[in-house]
Amino acid sequence: MKRRWNVSIWAGFGTILAAFLTYIPVFSRFPITRDFPWVNLLLFGAGLALLARGLVRAYRDPQRYRGKVAAPVLLALGVLVLGFFCYGVLIAARQLPASSGAPRVGGQAPDFTLPDQDGRPVSLSALLRSDGGEPPRGALLIFYRGYW
Amino acid sequence: MCNSELRSFEERLGDFDRRGIRLLAISVDPPETNRRHRHEMQFRFPLLSDPKAEVVRRYDLLHAGGGPDGADIARPAEFLVDSTGTIRWVNLTESITVRARPEEVLSAVDGLPSRPEAMP
Repeated sequence: MKRRWNVSIWAGFGTILAAFLTYIPVFSRFPITRDFPWVNLLLFGAGLALLARGLVRAYRDPQRYRGKVAAPVLLALGVLVLGFFCYGVLIAARQLPASSGAPRVGGQAPDFTLPDQDGRPVSLSALLRSDGGEPPRGALLIFYRGYW
Repeated sequence: MCNSELRSFEERLGDFDRRGIRLLAISVDPPETNRRHRHEMQFRFPLLSDPKAEVVRRYDLLHAGGGPDGADIARPAEFLVDSTGTIRWVNLTESITVRARPEEVLSAVDGLPSRPEAMP
């Protein structure tokens, strides 16, 4: 009897790759899947389950299914990719400076003057004093890592 | 991640405008990058440029070596400042994937007294 291609293994590994590769371009765009990558973790779970099913098939039913080598190799790779993902999102992403000297609630925001995107200087104190018209009620400063 | 955060604030810009809160986004990117970035993302608030991270350092937000090729960049952080320059709300995230959401800042704004002089 001709042995069948063990689709489960490859579908599982493909799902794991998708789980890994979609976080930054797709799911980190939305706050609900950015702050905790639950969609990606679900995809990892589905991929590993498919791989495990393929592995069981390859060993229980070797007359019908291929993959006795591919299944364990891809399963190990899949677990490695999951580990790398978890390290990146749950550990490396937390390697931030303590910023214990950052201004606190109730303190004065250090004034600054910085050029905007057109090179025009923008000063916090001038912006808060007046805007040419009605002075604003306040300002929200968003420090971000940059565009890359 | 940064784009996701800035985009979410851009989407609620009208709510900040109505409350009289101006948005300023600050990074170490040069103005040319900010111009391109702002145009591409259609942001209406200014992107300020602090290439030597002087202001970033003054706010103790320097993430040394945190950028591409080990560049010094700002860690993500948000400060709500009232019209007297007093800080009323701060968010220093513990993870670069977790950012302030516009809704939490808006509710902090709504909790401010309308006249800062009336503050104790």
